[in-house]
Amino acid sequence: DLGQITPTELCQRCLSLIKKTKFLNAYITVSEEVALKQAEESEKRYKKGHSLGDLDGIPIAVKDNFSTSGIETTCASNMLKGKVLCTPYNATVVQKLLDQGALLMGKTNLDEFAMGSGSTDGIFGPVKNPWSYSKQYREKRKQNSHSENEDSNWLITGGSSGGSAAAVSAFTCFAALGSDTGGSTRNPAAHFSRHGLIPLVNSMDVPGILTRCVDDAATVLGVLAGHDPKDSTTIQDPVKPFTLPSLTDVSKLCIGIPKEYLTPELSSEVQSLWSKAANLFESEGAKVTEVSLPHTSYSIVCYHVLCTSEVASNMARFDGLEYGHRCDSDVSTEAMYAATRREGFNDVVRGRILSGNFFLLKENYENYFVKAQKVRRDVLLTPTTLSEAVPYTEFIKEDNRTRSAQDDIFTQAVNMAGLPAVSVPVALSSQGLPIGLQFIGRAFCDQQLLIVAKWFEKQVQFPVIQLQELMDDCSSVFENEKLASVSLK
Amino acid sequence: MAAPMLRWCCPGRRFAFARVGCGSCHRRGPPTGSTSNGKRGQSSVAQQPHITAQKPRKGEPEWAAVVGLEIHAQIASNSKLFSGSQVCFAAPPNSLVSFFDASLPGTLPVLNRRCVEAAVMTGLALDCHINRKSLFDRKHYFYADLPAGYQITQQRLPIAVNGSLAYSVYVGRKPSQMVTRTVRVKQIQLEQDSGKSLHDDLRSQTLIDLNRAEGQLRVDANISVHRPGEPLGIRTEVKNLNSARFLAKAIDYEIQRQINELENGGEILNETRSFDFKLGCTVPMRDKEGKQDYRFMPEPNLPPLLLYDSGSLPSGADPQQVINIDQLRERLPELPRVTRQRLVQQYGMLPEHSCVLLNEVGLLEFFQNVIKETRAEPKKVTSWVLNTFLGFLKQQNLAVSESPVTPSALAELLDLLDRKAISAPAAKQVFEELWSNEGKTPAQIVAEKKLELLQDPEALEQLCRSTLEAHPDVVMDLKRGNPRAINKLIGLVRKATLGRADPTAIKEVLERQLSS
Repeated sequence: DLGQITPTELCQRCLSLIKKTKFLNAYITVSEEVALKQAEESEKRYKKGHSLGDLDGIPIAVKDNFSTSGIETTCASNMLKGKVLCTPYNATVVQKLLDQGALLMGKTNLDEFAMGSGSTDGIFGPVKNPWSYSKQYREKRKQNSHSENEDSNWLITGGSSGGSAAAVSAFTCFAALGSDTGGSTRNPAAHFSRHGLIPLVNSMDVPGILTRCVDDAATVLGVLAGHDPKDSTTIQDPVKPFTLPSLTDVSKLCIGIPKEYLTPELSSEVQSLWSKAANLFESEGAKVTEVSLPHTSYSIVCYHVLCTSEVASNMARFDGLEYGHRCDSDVSTEAMYAATRREGFNDVVRGRILSGNFFLLKENYENYFVKAQKVRRDVLLTPTTLSEAVPYTEFIKEDNRTRSAQDDIFTQAVNMAGLPAVSVPVALSSQGLPIGLQFIGRAFCDQQLLIVAKWFEKQVQFPVIQLQELMDDCSSVFENEKLASVSLK
Repeated sequence: MAAPMLRWCCPGRRFAFARVGCGSCHRRGPPTGSTSNGKRGQSSVAQQPHITAQKPRKGEPEWAAVVGLEIHAQIASNSKLFSGSQVCFAAPPNSLVSFFDASLPGTLPVLNRRCVEAAVMTGLALDCHINRKSLFDRKHYFYADLPAGYQITQQRLPIAVNGSLAYSVYVGRKPSQMVTRTVRVKQIQLEQDSGKSLHDDLRSQTLIDLNRAEGQLRVDANISVHRPGEPLGIRTEVKNLNSARFLAKAIDYEIQRQINELENGGEILNETRSFDFKLGCTVPMRDKEGKQDYRFMPEPNLPPLLLYDSGSLPSGADPQQVINIDQLRERLPELPRVTRQRLVQQYGMLPEHSCVLLNEVGLLEFFQNVIKETRAEPKKVTSWVLNTFLGFLKQQNLAVSESPVTPSALAELLDLLDRKAISAPAAKQVFEELWSNEGKTPAQIVAEKKLELLQDPEALEQLCRSTLEAHPDVVMDLKRGNPRAINKLIGLVRKATLGRADPTAIKEVLERQLSS
């Protein structure tokens, strides 16, 4: 038990951990001064007995594609690096967390403009999965007598919110914001044992929450949910924060298993865990049935069409004129656009823009875009990823596009349908690495979704990551890693 | 971005052309297709010109031209269509730009309610069908004055469709030769405005002002020609015409240019042109890069726009969050055509008079204020306002609001005239004095200049007699049958009366005296 601790102390411990885990490359910007100042304010509030709530004084991190006033937002791209003034306002989700007194530890690393499934393609370099350095993984490797250099075979985090996932996993913060268009929060979450939750939203691109347990995810969701007057697609209905009652009886629950998700590429371990999970529900009295989602194989293609089209459109504003990187050429406006965008974006981003524009061309619109929009369905209990986290050297053998297509396969249908979904860690693989499963809820039923996830979490008792070798003095502090166990004064 | 705009489109109407001799134009009356109610919209309106050209030569087929207009009209609102920035004419460059207007990353559009109301009201005024559900799209192209790289508009399913506008056109020289025509309005759509580009050729640079709100009305004309019975010709677009006059000239020129080109065996390119008003001709605007593909796509950040009427309004709906078409219909002011009809009926004026009254800003109000205060007949008021008053305004290029003569002053003058306290020519003189704006009332001017009509009939008789006696040669002339001699005599008497006698009265007395 942590006992009572002040916000400043907690903040300093997290900052110290960030320094110790710098090699993970989870953070692009560490906002040390800001965080300490916020901690000071929080402490004042606690002293007066006026704490703002559960998140007051709690360290959080934000993926570097959410705007933060006064702190640069790079999207891991040359287009925005070093341009603090491009986003002189806080994204609504960031503002909501700050309004609750959360401490902003920094901006986390990602694939450039969140395009990727490995968090390997940003200009600041790849994020390393902390599980690469965990006792659980290392022991297994020794058993299999691998003798290479310890560090050369580090594992990817998954993506594109890998930095946020790593930040949470390495105990540098209690929760982090990611973004998710096709799985960018749930994917790293599964490789991490971090709970990546995407709440229900309309557009395909949504904020995601990464935490160390379901209760924490619910706490953060309670703060973030609700109408945003600056976003016309948010629902007007009022929302109040909710706690998750413990579910004792699952006999009234209906779980669906989509049969089309049993693909040949699915690793046998993941498949086996998926079965075990289904059996677990059944043995406790829930009704588990197979369902069919006949459009599954089409949805990844449709997703790709819609996503790249939206991307092409949304990226059109990066022309170097009003803000952001501008090339040195002044031959003509057109030449300036071309050079600015070539210099400012990596090849992944450029590739998606070109594809998107292709699909939007009049002649192609009907054939691709319109058809793509017709595939929208509801869903249930599935794997999150094809396999556990892979080594970087393995991952980069295929290009970003191929990887994304493969890795997004279970997650993107959810974005297409606009449903809430959460990835929950289940067990360690034979390599000692986490494997997660995904729960997908019905529209607007985020709370019910999390109640089920919480029940499941309790059943599987997933182990805490053991990073003691890395972090000598901190092990005792972080035995209880959940938000609820932190008691601030 | 986004000074809020309405766009109205409609396919052109056809009209027949006779083949015209070289150089000359087809005569046309003043086009009255555009609205003058200060709102901004885009519309396509077909022109129906009057042709006075020669008859076609034998064997020569006619040409038919098709014209469609896209009218961009700015909505009168306090803030922009999608952002909270203010709308303000002539503000310093880039002083009214919010984060959204500059397309900073992460900003999202939020629809302005007032703009939607304006669009619905415009649709109702133009007899359109209001779409209960309309959608927003992105129209993509790269240009410095378009920060997001796309413009938010309503291409596929706009807020209003299938309307029409009835208007009057002069078909002959005489004002009485007016006919009523109708033009179709294809659709009305809400759309963002782009920024303003200022080209500095000296320093080879272009400056961008993202305030928008520049130029409240702008028209693009689409023009093609074809032989009747054959398919439509290739059309060209003439952009950014700001006045009805230039619009008419540009269309005239372009039609003729196309006819000439085709008759000489050339072909028309589907291109964009601009109008050089100094030379009076259209010139190609962009490079020949081939047709621009705008890559239209639904705007993902705006949900469909849903409108209700009293029947479909969901119960318990927050009135702040919904728009009721029926309520807006009730709030519509009297439409111009209704006003014109009313004026004709109420005051017995000719239709063309009612048109002029409505076409000049503030004139109708001026007219109505005079009517309120004077006992003179409405026809007299009409005549004075439309001829004398308006004449003076036009001569000095003033707006009604800048007039030195107030409705009260004119009313007072007309009362004097009506009471026969002064003659008509004297009244004109008084009016001129009023115009010089020295603050004197008509009564004061009349007194000062001694313009009162001679009230004493005996004095008039006297003056007439003495004039006749003093000018026997003119009397002779009259007796010999010269009709103009009487006017000379009247003039002489008038001079003698120092303009204080009414010419009609003088004539009567003279004639009586001469015949006796």
